[in-house]
Amino acid sequence: MALIQETDHGETDYGTPARIAETLVTIEIDGKPVTVARGTSVMRAAVEAGVQVPKLCATDNMEAFGSCRLCLVEIEGRRGTPASCTTLAEPGMKVRTQSPKIAKLRRGVMELYISDHPLDCLTCAANGDCELQDMAGVVGLREVRYGYEGQNHLKAEKDQSNPYFTFDASKCIVCSRCVRACDEVQGTFALTIQGRGFESKVASGPTNFLDSECVSCGACVQACPTATLMEKSVIDNGLPEHSVITTCAYCGVGCSFKAELQGNQVVRMTPHKDGKANHGHSCVKGRFAWGYATHKDRITKPMIRARITDPWREVTWEEAITYAAGEFKRIQAKYGRDSIGGITSSRCTNEETYLVQKMIRAAFGNNNVDTCARVCHSPTGYGLKSTFGTSAGTQDFDSVDETDVIMVIGANPTDAHPVFASHMKKRLREGARLIVVDPRRIDLVRSAHVQADYHLPLLPGSNVAVINAMAHVIVTEGLVDEQFVRERCEPEDFELWRKFIAEERNSPEATESISGVPAADLRAAARLFATGGNAAIYYGLGVTEHSQGSTMVMGMANLAMVTGNIGRRGVGVNPLRGQNNVQGACDMGSFPHEFSGYRHVSDDAARLLFEEAWHVPLQNEPGLRISNMLDAACEGTFKGIYIEGEDIVQSDPNTQHVTAGMTAMECVVVQDLFLNETASYAHVFFPGSSFLEKDGTFTNAERRISRVRKAIPPMAGLADWEITMRFSAALGYPMPYRHPSEIMDEIARLTPTFAGVTYEKIDQLGSIQWPCNAQAPEGTPVMHIGGFVRGKGRFLLTRFVPTEERTTGKFPLILTTGRILTQYNVGAQTARTENNVWHAEDLLEIHPFDAENRGIREGDRVSLTSRAGQTTLHAHISERMQPGVVYTTFHHGFTGANVVTTEFEDWATGCPEYKVTAVEVTLARRMSEWQEHYLETRKQTTQILTEAAGD
Amino acid sequence: MIHRANQIALFFAGYPHEEAVAGVTDHLKKFWERRMRDQIVAYVAQGGKGLHELALEAVKRLQ
Repeated sequence: MALIQETDHGETDYGTPARIAETLVTIEIDGKPVTVARGTSVMRAAVEAGVQVPKLCATDNMEAFGSCRLCLVEIEGRRGTPASCTTLAEPGMKVRTQSPKIAKLRRGVMELYISDHPLDCLTCAANGDCELQDMAGVVGLREVRYGYEGQNHLKAEKDQSNPYFTFDASKCIVCSRCVRACDEVQGTFALTIQGRGFESKVASGPTNFLDSECVSCGACVQACPTATLMEKSVIDNGLPEHSVITTCAYCGVGCSFKAELQGNQVVRMTPHKDGKANHGHSCVKGRFAWGYATHKDRITKPMIRARITDPWREVTWEEAITYAAGEFKRIQAKYGRDSIGGITSSRCTNEETYLVQKMIRAAFGNNNVDTCARVCHSPTGYGLKSTFGTSAGTQDFDSVDETDVIMVIGANPTDAHPVFASHMKKRLREGARLIVVDPRRIDLVRSAHVQADYHLPLLPGSNVAVINAMAHVIVTEGLVDEQFVRERCEPEDFELWRKFIAEERNSPEATESISGVPAADLRAAARLFATGGNAAIYYGLGVTEHSQGSTMVMGMANLAMVTGNIGRRGVGVNPLRGQNNVQGACDMGSFPHEFSGYRHVSDDAARLLFEEAWHVPLQNEPGLRISNMLDAACEGTFKGIYIEGEDIVQSDPNTQHVTAGMTAMECVVVQDLFLNETASYAHVFFPGSSFLEKDGTFTNAERRISRVRKAIPPMAGLADWEITMRFSAALGYPMPYRHPSEIMDEIARLTPTFAGVTYEKIDQLGSIQWPCNAQAPEGTPVMHIGGFVRGKGRFLLTRFVPTEERTTGKFPLILTTGRILTQYNVGAQTARTENNVWHAEDLLEIHPFDAENRGIREGDRVSLTSRAGQTTLHAHISERMQPGVVYTTFHHGFTGANVVTTEFEDWATGCPEYKVTAVEVTLARRMSEWQEHYLETRKQTTQILTEAAGD
Repeated sequence: MIHRANQIALFFAGYPHEEAVAGVTDHLKKFWERRMRDQIVAYVAQGGKGLHELALEAVKRLQ
């Protein structure tokens, strides 16, 4: 529905999908020659020639359907009036798109549509944005000879069950675009056309939308040409009048969106067709759950307090910043230079994260800076850097179009990276094979038109045993890509590794008792991976959040190298980075041990570069990671912290330890949108800005740098980067940037992989995948082509070391954690939207066998206990769990999921072992002590004294 | 702290001795903050009970 007539940001609807083909075909449209790829429809060729053939059921992100009969054309030498959408361009074709006969036919078709359609255009929500209206105008409809007294659907009921959009059946023209969008674009198949002929109607199964399989992605709303499927926000507010293209602030897919506005009010977010990560698709969060930005909980005034038990006091920016700076200086004077530090998050843009780490290095004078990646993909950084030389994924998302064997390990993409999962499912429906390695039977294992060839339901904690066993099969069965290994990998490392992996203890048979995976299945899966064609690995936190997280990443890299699956499209090792800018936070050097571009702080050449640019000497020793900051706080040597957008009290493991550390500090500065769990332990609160309120860039899981564009002014008056600048100035280190583009220019000057990045170039290309420099001026979609970044790839020894977290008689079950579709991480954003209608609380998923043994029924309150702590939540019986394994999410503060998780971490990076905690589950009659205490504390620590009027 | 050091040692234990010790030492230098290194050095000076032999040797090389 191309509403806003502005420069074509990919708004033209070509009617049918583009085709890529080597053979080209030239035809004539109304006498004008046009050349297109073979397989292109006449309709699309016409658009290329500048002619928009009228259409209703065709739209270019779906295959042609041919039902509306509006796009008829005449083709010389052929009888009748074929539909241009389903007719392929063939050499020499001469097409006439308009003639008196065609005009009459089209008017007749429109007449039929309008005879069964409400005539309330002027008060309809789609007035001015309705393709039916447009087509009635284009065909010159003047009368409906049938009258309006016949049978019709005008009294059909509305389905308003979904919180974000309405289905008004009376306006439906049964073009099937919504059904096809749900099938082809989203891959959920929740909609169908029920009945035939006049009885045909769109149905979301036997229930309404909310209770159906609909995942509220909005693809149907986007596809609907009339007012039938319409955003409630547009129904309420009217159509937007201007728009800004920006990037989503939720997951690591980084969908490109159009923020559509009336003045300074966002009316809706629509997926941007030209987005290279999402190609015009979206999920419920980015599409609809943006209301949190204007939620009543939003804090818009700076606040300070002397003790965390005092109520907050609203003050001016000047006072808050001066107070915080004063405290930090005092603390450093008393406890030493290394007694303060900071944490960034992926909620912040690249420019903002860069400024925070710059401030900490240059103004604080130490390297105590860390970021959210610590608790999710830090093992990816370590593992891929050690084996390949870069700390990031090797492909772009579109690479999956050429993949023949997809292996998903420790990830649940249909929930956590939905838009990419839809793309992946499209490829699977085309015939690609699928291996899923996950303790749970995730949706991808078996859902509409998708079935895994192999599901390896390993026990949590046995990842490395499984990946080693797969590599063992490949090496011992002669499936090694010897040529690739010889040309591209370090020979000594390979020989050492080959000997190790061939050992009997790494065989599927030997590891079966550790992993629970039947040896035959594992062998078959390994053979498929090695011989099925282009094989790609997609993985998530089920790989990294383990005590052997980094080892597992190396294991996957080894597997990719030994089968030659690196360095071209369709293959690779693809970390599904969880967050919108976690990749960016890492790239920007928001780490205690690395500058931007992954250069170690002890690297003299790199450090000199920064010292010269920043005019200050810099530390060459690694600083503290988040968990180490908390340790040091408990030990009394770390007293002040600046936290931008991260909620460590809710998201980090072993909550008791986190809160002990927080309480031990003397000045905690939190910069965020809301009073989150961490803010309960803060002394200074800087009200931050949401992604709608600032300019900058985010980098997604593809290394794709995209623009974030300010749509509304910052509600607290300052964008996050402006706050950091002021804070730094108050500490004696002014950073005078006038616009984030200047910050990016500095990043580009100092970071070789970003050397060619400018806002101008991003605007021109749409987005840029780093490295972007002289060697790759337009960026790098696929990495390690011809050679690895480090030169030759390294095979590293990945001995299986079982986690020390073991089940015992007292704690006989294993808890693993994760995310779901409708809530996002700590729920700071999604829990303040209508998404709560799908998931108002975290649930404990438990297998029927385990539940029955404990007398637990669906919905019972249960106690979840580990050696670290105890909490309670409601149980959900589910067969997607295996006996012995339970699962929960961490989206709501009250759940206290992390009260239960332990201090165990990845050996190399300290990434917490969230995925393996020994627990017991029993019926509970009331909430746990921790939860009671939590409610009391929260009430006390979130009190705000507002300035009385007339003071 | 001991646990962390031992975990690192276990990763490198698959390699020939000299390479393994160098690996552990290098890791500690690259990723452990000064206070953490001071703590483990002090611990080793007092005997280093419970530490994997590779970790013990690596920490000795930290000085």
